[in-house]
Amino acid sequence: MEMSTPAAPATTTDPGAVPTVAPPAIAIESLHKRFGQVSAVDGLDLVVRPGEVVAFLGPNGAGKTSTIDVVLGLSQPTSGSVSVYGTSPRDAVAHGWVSAVMQSGGLLKDLTVRETVQMTASLFARTQPVDVVLDRAGITAIADRRVGKCSGGEQQRLRFAMALLPDPRLLVLDEPTTGMDVEGRRAFWGAIRDDARRGRTVVFATHYLEEADTYADRIVLVAHGKVVADGTPSQIKALSSGRLVRATWPGAHLADLDGLPGVDDLELNGDQVVVHANDSDAVARFLLTRTPATDLEITARGLEDAFVSLTSATTSEVSR
Amino acid sequence: MSTLTVTPAPAAEVPRGLVNPLYVQLDIRRVLRNRRTLVFTLVMPVVFYFSFGASQPGADAKAYVMLSFAVYGAMVAATSVGASVAVERASGWSRQLRLTPMRPATYVASKVIAAASIAVIPVAVELVIGAATGARMRASAWVVGGLVAWIGSLVFAALGLAIGYLVPSENAMQVMGPVLALLALLGGLFVPLSIFGHTLQTVASFTPAYGVGVLAHWQLSHDGSFVGAIANLVVWTAVFGAGAALLFRRDTGRV
Repeated sequence: MEMSTPAAPATTTDPGAVPTVAPPAIAIESLHKRFGQVSAVDGLDLVVRPGEVVAFLGPNGAGKTSTIDVVLGLSQPTSGSVSVYGTSPRDAVAHGWVSAVMQSGGLLKDLTVRETVQMTASLFARTQPVDVVLDRAGITAIADRRVGKCSGGEQQRLRFAMALLPDPRLLVLDEPTTGMDVEGRRAFWGAIRDDARRGRTVVFATHYLEEADTYADRIVLVAHGKVVADGTPSQIKALSSGRLVRATWPGAHLADLDGLPGVDDLELNGDQVVVHANDSDAVARFLLTRTPATDLEITARGLEDAFVSLTSATTSEVSR
Repeated sequence: MSTLTVTPAPAAEVPRGLVNPLYVQLDIRRVLRNRRTLVFTLVMPVVFYFSFGASQPGADAKAYVMLSFAVYGAMVAATSVGASVAVERASGWSRQLRLTPMRPATYVASKVIAAASIAVIPVAVELVIGAATGARMRASAWVVGGLVAWIGSLVFAALGLAIGYLVPSENAMQVMGPVLALLALLGGLFVPLSIFGHTLQTVASFTPAYGVGVLAHWQLSHDGSFVGAIANLVVWTAVFGAGAALLFRRDTGRV
């Protein structure tokens, strides 16, 4: 695609409006994380306010996990600063303010579900009762099952139960439903959603748009180690829904298109007109009947396209 | 720019005390569920005793072999519990623990206590079976032999920990099984060292199982040098302990 997409059309965070009394749940400032020559996170800024449910959406390798590891104090940033509730990630973990559901691993196969939760609970000074978190994660019925015999979805709900133990203010989930079947995914998100209603801040990484759309109040789109868009699910979805109508229209009068329904965005590159619209039929009909436009082309836009165009937009900006 | 927000004194909300009894208890339960560990720490020493000890003609010869395999069983048990950190690192459990306020020292202390708790089992089993099959010696030899076999095995808990932090795989114990058998052989636990040539005997006296072997048998037969055995035990404990501490620090530093 030759069109250049507006860099971040859906920014809801206004940096000037942040200074309130309570510290943000997460404050990340120009975070960089490099592994040798590879730059996993490349100048990422993000503020998550208490009570938000934020999806960290991006393709594999976008830097989501690297960012989460730094937020959890599991790795050190190459540069930049990260604070969690106004303190360092390690401190926040030590206080039980933040806990996490990791993508995989972190379980001992030869313990039962209940023993795993008990063992984890013993490490905190104060925790919710074991039975309460088992119930909230929906795994009371399998409490006596060996972890090694649990399905991927059950293991994930176990990780969720463990994460609930300190009754954290912030819950971080890293691609929590990878490898789960539809049923497991639904049960898992059901448990998370019930819990989030109690006002917990939730940040989850995912590469599924539907997941982000269904469960988040806010979607932060990440690509190549930085935030490329940040907004409500409907704003982000608009990036990936709709179609692109492209046509050659010498001496175009873009103002003519303003009245058309469903037009999100207009661009003109020389004689090339690119219209981003939900109602591509109306745009096409108009262009072909009321204007001298020719060579009309309609293409669908998926999230991948949105990723690609947003990414290339930012990359070219940087290289300039 | 590369600073994290620093706040004074991580007023971590950790349970008091270095040792976490519930954690240790569950950790021990895990070891007891592991069939392979039980075979190597319990069944094999007992089988060895029946093969090589119970057939001995004299009551004190039986007792000698019994103590040898008590030491061997305890060293295998302690090593495998120490080396279980390799499994826990490979499975991501160590990483999971970093998401809790658990102090690293508590983790290591838990492993040492679990190692000691497990190591007592093969010692007790060997002594009971020995007594039942005609091994006889002075009362003090039973007490000292049993205690030395048990406590001396903690050298191997330190070795296991070091290996557990060194080997990034679940198979640390598969490597360690043959190594421990060799160390037991050189420590005089399988055959008397006197069947070896002079040079090999000298070399053997510097290997890690030698000290604990000599001391465990001391009340029964004053073989070897008492001071040398103590020195052997102290030095190897220090070496393995320092190795474990160093590798442990490298591991947690990496985060």
